[in-house]
Amino acid sequence: MLTAPFEFRRASTVNEAADWLQQGTEVKLLAGGHSLLPLMKLRLAAPAMVVDISGIPELHGVIAHDGVVTVGAMTRHVEVVKNPLILAEAPLLSQTAAVIGDVQVRNRGTIGGSLCHADTAADLPAAVLALDAQMVVSGPDGVRKIPASEFFVAPFVTALGPQELLVAVEVPSMPSDAVSTYLKRPHPASGYPVIGVACWVGYGGATVRLAITGIGPTVFRAAEAEAYLAAHGLNSSSIGEAARLAAVHAPVEDDITGYKRQLVSVYVSRALQHTAKGKN
Amino acid sequence: MPEVLTTVTMTVNGQRVARSIEPRVLLVHFLREELGLTGTHVGCDTSQCGACTVLLDGEAVKACTVLAVQAHGATVTTIEGLEGTRLHPVQEGFWAKHGLQCGFCTPGAMMTAAYLLSQNPHPSEAEIREGLDGVVCRCTGYETIVRAVQHAAALMSEVSETSGAEDVD
Ligand SMILES: Cc1cc2nc3c(=O)[nH]c(=O)nc-3n(C[C@H](O)[C@H](O)[C@H](O)COP(=O)(O)OP(=O)(O)OC[C@H]3O[C@@H](n4cnc5c(N)ncnc54)[C@H](O)[C@@H]3O)c2cc1C
Repeated sequence: MLTAPFEFRRASTVNEAADWLQQGTEVKLLAGGHSLLPLMKLRLAAPAMVVDISGIPELHGVIAHDGVVTVGAMTRHVEVVKNPLILAEAPLLSQTAAVIGDVQVRNRGTIGGSLCHADTAADLPAAVLALDAQMVVSGPDGVRKIPASEFFVAPFVTALGPQELLVAVEVPSMPSDAVSTYLKRPHPASGYPVIGVACWVGYGGATVRLAITGIGPTVFRAAEAEAYLAAHGLNSSSIGEAARLAAVHAPVEDDITGYKRQLVSVYVSRALQHTAKGKN
Repeated sequence: MPEVLTTVTMTVNGQRVARSIEPRVLLVHFLREELGLTGTHVGCDTSQCGACTVLLDGEAVKACTVLAVQAHGATVTTIEGLEGTRLHPVQEGFWAKHGLQCGFCTPGAMMTAAYLLSQNPHPSEAEIREGLDGVVCRCTGYETIVRAVQHAAALMSEVSETSGAEDVD
């Protein structure tokens, strides 16, 4: 399948990419291309101009400083899986990237592309939301940071302005006692999560984070379950009630049969059990 | 809209090639139609089946989901470039263990297997299955493909033992 014709540009700086975005024509940024190209091949997208951002040095690299890991937007899933800094400081991100698609997809797809595409069923939004990450965004008005909790607005819609691009994701380091799990139920055909639960427990159990993707219109936090677990501790007797709270409060739509809430309950429970096992 | 041609240069199977192409040409089309390397197959054309897998700078990718312009300056290895002076151990493995039936997915399966073994020379059976997750065999001949990769891994460690290279278990 051929895409519609387009003009092709390679940006070498963030400003250059931003300039192309201000052209007014239908312009699309190209990172790994593993969401954009399939859409273009099906002619669901037909941008007049495609700007390859893979050669922009500022979008590459992973650094850790002052309790934050900064992951460049062009960091590919395979690099997120293996990067020693991410594995040490924010292992939940690596655990999540490890189960995206397949080997070939992980070799091309990027963290920035996945987050900006904002597919309801993407895996990484759950991890960045559970980790309270900040999106570092650059545009005509300079650089600003958007918390993950405000970034995912609707299916395929983010808080990114039309002329902005994501430069990096800032992930606060997890505490040294943190235990984390990413558990997904892959769709049997697509491999995308029908539901994906990202969770971690740390600071002696005082902090519990649960973020759920795939099943709602956007990724969401199970705040009631988190609060319950922080108050009662993560143990075999608290997990059932936490899973029930997560299911009751889940913002799922079109759930006449109750299947989605049932999945929330079962997967939150399993993810918490797995996390509790890893806890000493 | 008239398309502006773009010049693409890359090294394919050790040979430097340059062509003027439309930016929308996919890497798999470039390989098959511009270079005549028809060993790389187009199966689903929707990024699912992995029949088009090639190595891009040594990494397995689906060539139907990469624009040729994205491979500008890169090194590409296709199934035609897998063997050196003799068959690659993965090819030997597929031969010895009947790793193919109709053969359609075989180029992609072999390239994915070669990538797996380059990353992990001694994979467990589970790791082989996980490593081949991105390849669909329409004959469902997965069992023999797994055996073929196990055979290839064994051949590769024999070679590295006899050549005196350190074999890490
Ligand atoms: C077969 C297959 C299976 C997959 N399975 C899964 C799965 O199980 N789970 C999952 O989560 N994902 C899955 N994916 C999607 C994959 O993770 C994609 O790589 C990812 O969604 C997009 O990343 P990309 O770098 O390829 O982005 P691209 O396709 O290049 O871009 C996606 C969108 O984001 C925009 N964009 C990219 N980078 C930036 C930036 N820095 N700033 C602003 N906008 C930007 C682009 O303009 C485009 O609109 C799958 C994809 C395929 C093909």
